[in-house]
Parts: sequence; C-alpha cells; structure tokens
Amino acid sequence: MCHGIFFDILTSMSEVSNCAVKLNNISKSFGTVQANKDVCIELRRGEILALLGENGSGKTTLMNMLSGIYYPDSGEIYVDGKEVIIRSPKDAFDLGIGMIHQHFKLVDVLTAAENIILGLKGSVLINRKKLASEIREISDKYGFSLDPNKKIYEMSVSEKQKVEIVKVLYRGADVLILDEPTAVLTPQEADTLFEMLRSMKNDGKAIIIITHKLNEVLSLSDRVCILRKGELVGELETKDASVKSLTEGMVGRSVSLEIQREAGALGKERIIVSSLTCLNSDGLKALDDISFKLHEGEILGIAGIAGSGQKELCEAITGLYPVEGGSITYINDDEPSELCGLTPTQIAKKGVHLAFVPEDRLGMGLVAGLDMIENMMLKSYNNEKGFLINRKLPKSTAERLIDSLEIVTPGVSTPVRRLSGGNVQKVLLGREIDSGPSVLVVAYPVRGLDINSSYTIYNLLNEQRKNGVAVLFVGEDLDVLLELCDRIMVLCGGRLSGIVNAPTATKEELGILMTHMSD
Amino acid sequence: MNENKQITQHPDYKEHHEPWVRMVKRDNVSTQRAVAVRAIAILAALLVGGILILLMEHNPILVYKDMIIGSLGSPLVLRETARMAIPLLITGMGIALAFKMRFWNIGAEGQIIAGATAASYFALFHYQNMPSPVLLMVMFAAAVVAGGVWGMIPAVFKAKWNTNETLFTLMLNYVALEGLRYLQYGPWRDPSKMGFPVIAMFDTSARLPRVFGVHIGWIIALVLVVLVYIYMKKSKQGYEITVVGESIQTAKYAGINTSLVFLRTMFISGAIAGITGFVTVAGANFTVSEEVTGGVGFTAITVAWLAKLNPAAMIAISVFLAILQKGSGTIQTIYKIPSSAASMLIGLILFAMLGCEFFLNYKLIFKKK
Repeated sequence: MCHGIFFDILTSMSEVSNCAVKLNNISKSFGTVQANKDVCIELRRGEILALLGENGSGKTTLMNMLSGIYYPDSGEIYVDGKEVIIRSPKDAFDLGIGMIHQHFKLVDVLTAAENIILGLKGSVLINRKKLASEIREISDKYGFSLDPNKKIYEMSVSEKQKVEIVKVLYRGADVLILDEPTAVLTPQEADTLFEMLRSMKNDGKAIIIITHKLNEVLSLSDRVCILRKGELVGELETKDASVKSLTEGMVGRSVSLEIQREAGALGKERIIVSSLTCLNSDGLKALDDISFKLHEGEILGIAGIAGSGQKELCEAITGLYPVEGGSITYINDDEPSELCGLTPTQIAKKGVHLAFVPEDRLGMGLVAGLDMIENMMLKSYNNEKGFLINRKLPKSTAERLIDSLEIVTPGVSTPVRRLSGGNVQKVLLGREIDSGPSVLVVAYPVRGLDINSSYTIYNLLNEQRKNGVAVLFVGEDLDVLLELCDRIMVLCGGRLSGIVNAPTATKEELGILMTHMSD
Repeated sequence: MNENKQITQHPDYKEHHEPWVRMVKRDNVSTQRAVAVRAIAILAALLVGGILILLMEHNPILVYKDMIIGSLGSPLVLRETARMAIPLLITGMGIALAFKMRFWNIGAEGQIIAGATAASYFALFHYQNMPSPVLLMVMFAAAVVAGGVWGMIPAVFKAKWNTNETLFTLMLNYVALEGLRYLQYGPWRDPSKMGFPVIAMFDTSARLPRVFGVHIGWIIALVLVVLVYIYMKKSKQGYEITVVGESIQTAKYAGINTSLVFLRTMFISGAIAGITGFVTVAGANFTVSEEVTGGVGFTAITVAWLAKLNPAAMIAISVFLAILQKGSGTIQTIYKIPSSAASMLIGLILFAMLGCEFFLNYKLIFKKK
C-alpha cells in the first residue's frame, strides 16, 4: 500500500519540489516493544505539521530517528527526494534537520552565543562580534530577541528554548522538530513561541511539533498526523479537525472529557501553612513565605512553571524537606499539632494520615525493581512486630487494587518497572488512597498517562474529595486544574503569587500569576 | 531556499552509510537461551585457553583433564578444594549484603585482616586462660566485632559526609594490611624463629575441629548461607537494604532511616568478612600473616556478582572458582606451566562468564547486504 502511494507522491513532489522530508515504512522496536510500525509521513516546506499521539504512541521515537538519535530497523528516509542514511545528530544537521528536545541540552555556565557554536568546526578563536551579529540577525529575522552574551543559568525557561532554536537555525537547519515545546511554558510564552514558528514557516521552513495538547494542534498547525501504538492512524488538514475528532483518533474510540465537580462550601480547615520558608542546597530560598489553608473535602490546585517550588512544598508538608522557617499545622477535631521538623515516621506516629504521590513515581514513590506486594508494604512493613516480613496483608491489598482499579499486570509478583505508566500510577495512587489518608498530596499525577488513565485518576481524586479528604493537587495542564480544583494556588519563583477560585478563574489570569514578580 | 541547495550539495551527503553494527537491548531472555549463552561463553574461553596451552606445547585436553582430576579426583584434593571455597563463599555473602544496598564495598580484604588479627590476638595471648570451645567462641566474637567495625567506618563517613565508599573501603585495606605487618614485624614477631618476621603458630586449643576432614568452617559457611538468605529475602532489615539500594529517595519517602541502614548493613557485611578471617587463621593457617587473605576479598566480589547476590548460587560459584584455582595449581606442578599462564586461563574463563552477560542483555545487529 504504502509503497504505491509513496512513488506517486515522490514523482509529483519532485515536480512541485516542496516535499522536505519523507518517511517511508519506518519501523523500530525495542525488545518486544514495537515503537513504530510502517510509518509513512511526508513533511512539506512552509508548513507546520503536528505529530499528535498519546504518551508511548511513538512520536518521539519517530522523530529521534529523523534527528539521528535512533536508527530505524527498517524503512527509508528521503530528504529533498533523495534517500539518506542518518546515523547521528551530526548527519541530521548536515541534511538540515534540527531537533529541539524537551529537555534542553545547554551548558549552564556558558553564554547563549557559546552554546550556539558549541561543537561546530571553526577557527580556534571566536569572533564574538561577528557571532553576536549573526545571532541577532537570526533572531531579528523571526521577530524575537535574544541576548547572545547572557549566561544560560541566568535565563528563564523560554529564553533557553530560544537558544535551542537559534542553535538549530545557526547550523542551517530548515527542518525543525520541536518535542513538546510548550510543556514548560506559560500560556503567554507559548503564544510568543507560536508567533516565532509561524514566521519561520512563512520563511519556507518545515516544522514538526510533537504534542498531545489538542488546542495547540488546532491553533498552530496546518496538518496533523496522528500516531497510535506506533502506527500512523490518521492524517488530516487541521482545518478539517476538531477536538473531538482528534481525541478519537488518538484514543481509538470516543471518550467523554468531562470532570464532575460538585460545588459546595469549603469544609473545616485541615492544614494551615503559615510563612513557610525552605532553602535549597545552594542556600537560596526554594520557598519564600508561603501561607495558605487546606480544607477538608477540597481539591486545592497548585499551578506554576516547573521548578517554582511545587516539589519543595509537597515534600515540606510530608516531612521530607527541611523547613527553614514558618509552620505547618495539622488540625484534627479542632486540635492543632505542629508538623514542622518531623520526619515522615514521626508524622505517622502522631496519627496524622498523610498520603503523598510524588512526581517521580518510580524513583521516589515506588521501588521499580520490586513487585506490587513489596511496593504495597513500603510504608507499612514496620507496623507489625517481629523480625520477619509479613507478606499476607500487602498481598491482599495488591490483589484488591488490581481488581478495583483495573490495573493491567501479569501478576502481583511482576516488578512494577514492567508496568505501563498509567498502571504504575494506579499502583502508587492506589496504595496511598488505600492507607485511608486525611490529607492527600499528589504531584503531576497524570504526567505521561493516556487520556483514559488520566480521567480514572481525576475520578479517584474527586472521590477522595467527596469523602472529606483534603487534596493538594500539583498540576501542569491549566485546563484540567480549572476544571478539577476548588481553588488554585499559583507559585512563582518559590513565592505565592495568588490563590484564585477555580470555577470563576481564567487561564489568562493564571498565566499572569505564573510569571508575576512582586517587586 | 538558499540553504536548501547547500544541503543537497553537501559533500558528506552521499557518504552516510548504514552503521556496520548496532546494539539493541533485549527485553527478556528465556532460561534456555541464558544457559546456552553461558555455555557457549565458557566453551569459547576454554577454546582460547586451549590455544594458549598449545602455544606452550602441551595438549589442551590432557591439561584440562588434569585440572579436573587435580581438583576433584581424590578425597584429598577434594578436601583441599573445599578449603579454598570456604573463604570465598563466606566473604561473597558479606559483599553481597553491601552490594544489594549499592554500597560498593571493595574492602573485604581489610575486613578479613581485621577479623583475623582480632581472633589471633586471643589465640596467641589468651589461650592459656580458657578451654578450647570458649577460646574459639571468643575468637569468633572478636573477629565479628573487628570486621564489623572495620566495615562500618566507611559507612559512618558515607552517612555523615557522603564520602565515596569505593575509595574509602579500598584504602582501608592498606591501613589494615600495614597494621598487621607492623604486628608481624614488631610486637607479635615470634622470637624463637631466629629473626624471621613470622608470628607463632596457634596452640592446638585455638584450632577449629574437623568434620569429614575439613575444618568446620564449611558448616559455618552453610549455616551463614541459610541465615543470609533469610535475612536478605524475608526480614524487614533485608527489605530495607533492598529499598535503599534501589533508590535512596524512595527509602527516605518510606520513612527509612538510611544512615542507620548503611551503618547496620556495613557492620554485618564487615562482620561476615571478619568470620572469613577467623576460619582462615583458626581452621587453615593456625597463624596469622600478611598473606592471610590470599586475595579472597577481591575474588569474592566475582563470586557475589556471578551469583547475582544470591547466597545459594554462591555455593556453586565459590566451588567452581575453587576448582579453577586448585586445578591451575595442579597443572602448574604437572606441566610446569608458569603460574602467570595458569592465572591467564582462570582470567579468560571469568572474563567470558562476566562478559556473556552483555549478550544476555543486548543483541547485535549487523549491516544487511
């Protein structure tokens, strides 16, 4: 099938000559996992192509083969109509293909200009003036500004992203691949990025953005390719697409995207945080004078750019991060008790049922190499007396969770590392909820999960809320935060920049608070 | 569209060839395949070793046969092989406990010396004061405490200042060794040996009894296998070791006192190595000298690693290594093969066994056409 179409296209393309890249029947597998299977995609000059798919659908793997990080098991890649072999990122650059990764690859102590020429052949001495003017020329051309002499560590995330983009353009790339470029940006910064991308498109560049955010696809791209389980399942013009059709393409069936939220008055105060201040390992303030109240039966959302103090706040409350000043008061039946300075074990001994689903599931919340039973007893193995471990109770917990949460696993004795992301999260969240908490702290609980699993998680959180649990929810998708939470607290650079009522707040409002600097 | 033309004319453009060989990670390996790969690896090592032997103008098959006969062929050599396996087995278990915690204890040598020296102190200077069983128990306890404390020192520094345990444990080997040399050349030197720097032989009351012709160190070793197995797999403390080894973050999250686990586990690890010191001086050498370890502290790392830290598997591995060592000793005397060449043979086989793990985890894809 693919072959026939391909040759037709090739002949027609060589005439029109605007086909920049053509992937033909690309397959790649890792062990038994088929990451891509017979994918055929073509990219034209002067267009923005959105590569859409759920996590694990093979988007990044596919693009990594185009940028020389992986090598395909089979299939061919054509650039400008000629078959090419791409063995390394350098090969890709030679062909004018540049990828901007989700995690920036920059040297912190160097300037933007130094990072941009890093690894390039050239004369021994750097002509800084010429370099700076070349960089300015590129950034002016696409309507943004970048200070070539600013050091990376002084930059914001969006500035770093600009450096990455200029780095790729400076090397003469005219095919740009951006892997989830807006994941770390505020809505306003994302808009700026989109403007840049549009002007590059108008300049004749071919651009692919990898994303799972439907709104971005609809507002930015010209065409969409949808991947599901490694295969190309749909290719359509963006003007013919809708949120519903894209979702169905991604998931493979129709899904309801609604979160039930019952409005109600706030319950009793559960935790009062006042003037909480924490220092990071460099002695700088990771949290600066944070004060808020968390109520029973409430989901309090935390929004903010990544690294604004979310992690530290969650860990300080759960006794895992040293507190420099302020207090965290837990209130049970009007009886306050101070949690500051206590270890997790001491907190538990006080009879405070804190449950915590950390951001790093396999590196902190679970033990990747151990099976479900052994992960169930992580926090409770010491509750029983004796020298030896009792596996009966955790085993029955594990079996119960597999049933109630529909966890897909070969069995209770399979290492959790082997489970898929959604199932790993169900194991972790299931264990924490099963401990019967009065306070539940969850950090990025749906990161990397497919749409279906995400909604399972939202429903679980909602259920906890109904049961009177005080839920602290750190999220990144502002739409979800607005839909799910009762109130949203916004952090910016370790400071609390505002608390808004979720039902009445807007995304723009949150965006402003996220970048708000109270000078 | 200027850049576009540049690219098509780029000089490197046509020179990109498919790579000659690529590595791809395997997902799961069947037991059959694993056994086959390992068997092929050992065969390959024997083959290369055979060429080596041929180059020395001997018949490889006869040499290999004599290695087996020399290590397993008679009750006498069998007992000798067992004697060599005992310290490897015991030390391997001590190392496995530390390795399970991802604490790279390469200081077993020093811990063995510490245990041997402490046991020898009672054997040399207090044998008159107590009956043999009591003396042996005191020696055992002294070895456990000394080895344990020696093992715990790097853990204290790791817990307090996050020092690198690999360097720390390695350096402590030399500290222990030089300490023992000082005793051997100084205060503990046997005056009746006419100026030879050796320490006196133990009194018979300080020597371990024998069962089936081998000192009871083998019983101690097998009891330890059971105890260590239960400790690692069934106990709460063993569970804590696993969690700390997998992720310190998770351990802290679970409320585990990681410093305590470091200290406790390294005490036990060192103590077990100390027991090796005890059985070596009281069971085999009946004295202590700077050669007391015979490199066991390092070889046992291979034992622990090849056995994948499983105490039961360590029995087989330590016996296998003892066979190699004993056998290589035999062929040195029969064929006058230099000891360096015999060590090369052992090295080849171990290299193949460790190296074949790569082929269990990865497969290579060669260029088509």
